[in-house]
Amino acid sequence: MIVASFSNVLVWAIWVVAAFACLGSGIAVISFTNPFYASLSLIGNLASLAVMYLLLSAEFVAAAQVLVYAGAVMVMFLFVTAYLGNRADAPWAGAPSWQTIGAVAACAALFVEVIVVVSLKTSGRLSHQAAIDSSFGRPHEIGRLFLTDHLLAFEITSIVLLIAAVGGVILGSHSRDAPMSGVQQ
Amino acid sequence: MKGPDVVWYLGVAGFLFATGALGVLIRRSPLIVLLSLEIMLNGANLALIAFSRHFAQGDGQIFALTVMAVAASEVVVGLGLIVAIARRKLDLDVDKLSTLRG
Repeated sequence: MIVASFSNVLVWAIWVVAAFACLGSGIAVISFTNPFYASLSLIGNLASLAVMYLLLSAEFVAAAQVLVYAGAVMVMFLFVTAYLGNRADAPWAGAPSWQTIGAVAACAALFVEVIVVVSLKTSGRLSHQAAIDSSFGRPHEIGRLFLTDHLLAFEITSIVLLIAAVGGVILGSHSRDAPMSGVQQ
Repeated sequence: MKGPDVVWYLGVAGFLFATGALGVLIRRSPLIVLLSLEIMLNGANLALIAFSRHFAQGDGQIFALTVMAVAASEVVVGLGLIVAIARRKLDLDVDKLSTLRG
């Protein structure tokens, strides 16, 4: 009993640290003027999200999050930031305009709406977690689901990635003064 | 190992989504807009995985992995566009990019 409650407290403590790191780095991403620091904050955000995925028994997704997002995608962001140099700086525009105030109000309303809907619609009904067996979230289980129940989604994802790769090559292959009319240069 | 309920995760997911939406709306640098989009997608991912754990169904994790692949594709195309804009010596400002002509 004591061991169980200690483990519960430990999970809560890790969750609180991860949640605050997640929220803080999320706010840091949108408030830095230097996109390099913003990208580094997003890496922190993704890492703390990976910790929460681990707490939710999604080990494979946590590993993919760190590898794909914090590894590949963010390295691409950092390369582009370095390529652009100081042109990528994003200074804040003077005093907050009515658009900024409206955007803050709209996003606060969005957040309050989510909280209100979740607390009204789910009160009491989401308190009982279903039990999981040991294979939940393991690569074996993810692979089985991908290749049996969700095979179409798997194939469509591969086509989407192929199209994105081709699009990236086409967007990047134009020389500086060439017209945008054709792919071949 | 009990830990917080799914509702707590949903709160964090909602806050992340709102933060990302705020970044998309108020920032003018396309790079930071793309980073904010990633935050929004990750908020949705967190909700998917929290529900996946709550109902002990693996399908939510499949959804989350698919969202991750789509996010990677979106970043490739978005960064390609940013580099193309920068090569044409246009301002990196989403408010000034008001025409689609090259």
